[in-house]
Amino acid sequence: MSLVDDLYRETILDHYHNPRNHGCIENATTSVEGVNPLCGDELTLYLKVNEAGLIEDIKMNAHGCSINTASGSMMSEAILGQTVERAKEIIESFKNMMLTKGEELPLDEEMEDLEALRGVKKYPVRIKCALLPWNTLLEGLETAEAKPGLSSTLSDSK
Amino acid sequence: MQTLNQPLKTAETEPDLPHSYSEERETATMSSLDIDKIRRDFPILRREIDGKRLVYLDNAATSQKPLSMINCLNEYYQRYNANVHRGIHTLSEEATALYEGTRETVRRFIDARESCEIIFTRGTTEAINLVAYSWGRQNVLPGDEIVLSPMEHHSNLVPWQVLAQEREAKLVFLDLTEDGEINMETAAKLIGPRTKLLTITQMSNVLGTITPVQELARLAHKQGAVVLVDGAQGVPHLETSVQSMEVDFLAFSMHKMLGPTGVGVLWGKKEILNAMPPFMYGGDMISSVARERSRYNELPWKFEAGTPNIADVIASGKAIDYLTTLGMETVREHEMEITRYALSRLKELKGITIYGPKDATKRGGVVSFNMPDIHPHDLGQILSDAGIAIRAGHHCCQPLMKDLKVMGTARASFYIYNTFEEVDMLMAALREADKVMGNVACR
Repeated sequence: MSLVDDLYRETILDHYHNPRNHGCIENATTSVEGVNPLCGDELTLYLKVNEAGLIEDIKMNAHGCSINTASGSMMSEAILGQTVERAKEIIESFKNMMLTKGEELPLDEEMEDLEALRGVKKYPVRIKCALLPWNTLLEGLETAEAKPGLSSTLSDSK
Repeated sequence: MQTLNQPLKTAETEPDLPHSYSEERETATMSSLDIDKIRRDFPILRREIDGKRLVYLDNAATSQKPLSMINCLNEYYQRYNANVHRGIHTLSEEATALYEGTRETVRRFIDARESCEIIFTRGTTEAINLVAYSWGRQNVLPGDEIVLSPMEHHSNLVPWQVLAQEREAKLVFLDLTEDGEINMETAAKLIGPRTKLLTITQMSNVLGTITPVQELARLAHKQGAVVLVDGAQGVPHLETSVQSMEVDFLAFSMHKMLGPTGVGVLWGKKEILNAMPPFMYGGDMISSVARERSRYNELPWKFEAGTPNIADVIASGKAIDYLTTLGMETVREHEMEITRYALSRLKELKGITIYGPKDATKRGGVVSFNMPDIHPHDLGQILSDAGIAIRAGHHCCQPLMKDLKVMGTARASFYIYNTFEEVDMLMAALREADKVMGNVACR
């Protein structure tokens, strides 16, 4: 298997051609923009977080490469319906997978699809593409937490 | 079995050409350049990427370097290294003679009147900033207009944005035709009595468009404006005469024309440069210094504060010598042929979008394109695995990307050592990329 085959696995291409949770949320509790300064790729991420700190909905409007789009699509599936607290753990665990050198950390079961992105590690320049949705989500969650109505319920999740 | 006695690959042994290479193709390269010989002068072209021959098509970003230039750098540090203009010893005298000799080489290359009009900078960006800070802050006043094209590189846009904000001046953008050429009809109206500066690329690094600099300069001069040309893409590929372009400033970089990184040139008309204040202050740019005030040096040293990039400037002379020996007309002819061939081959791909003028005589060897439903970054990655280096992204031209309604483009750019066969290899890799991404361009 060549490097490119490893990078452009079926799972990634499936998510690229049919991104899940694509679009916007009209009554989003938080929306946040992410930019990859390297290539100019942009995405807008919408979140609907309820009073209990549960992510009820997530949608993304992205114009990016396959890695960026697929990563965002898989991310949305992994965190939809999770608590903010759990979402943060998932973000951390994914970022660890992408950024840790040497020892390969296994991912949790619910993040199985995301294993497909491990191949991106062989292309250091593209790691940023894969991380853009995740860093944008992290920013979104932090914004959501800072909001007055939600702060009381979300403050425990730190 | 390989033994120690076997010679290493040297400049004389070219890698075997793949089977697809046909003699027919060879005769199709008609320009008078001896490409095989040229390729032997560039050691890096023998490099392999994962066992595949390197196909370097990112020349608009930076060109590769001939051995004569690389050796010159080496020789300088081994034989002449000394600081210039000051030392009263042999090494310093030799280094100074070589450094100042290169100024004369550059003067000849761009047909400037006097070598004191040649200022060495770090690159095009610094050269443009020099004009923006020194001339700009002295001359641009509230209400003045700075005219530029919508396809300027960020380095010929951002310095003027900042100046315009500071001075309450206005940026005025020329119009492009559908093919990405300057709309000369509206240009005649947009360049008006408030125009203080026209600053324009000689050749677009995205669309390849060669701009009608002389015609535009005449319009600007009629309004009493000053004209700057960003020659970063033009000077390496087109025969350039600052006198026949009838402009006031020209900025370009040596690393895009076979030279080392870290050397740029600002040419300016002597009378304008003389009236400008220095841009940076320190050693070498003064004629005498007292505790409270100093007298500044004369041109060109007034604008070259500090120890210059001596080694790279001297080696830049070798890069120019190389191009001069080939002849810039021949260089242009070769690039035009390869561009014409690339344009015709790329059109074979279903759904491809090719940007810029369709006529190869109106453009340089830069071809930007997008494949249907493949992000340029994905394309660049798949091509890289085939040993092919192209550029993917916004090419430091984000406003133009917005006009084209894309996030970025893929870009292949050619130079003296590129062949028709390499265009064929690009085509094969593009078809492969389309297959990998499960698309339709080749169906």
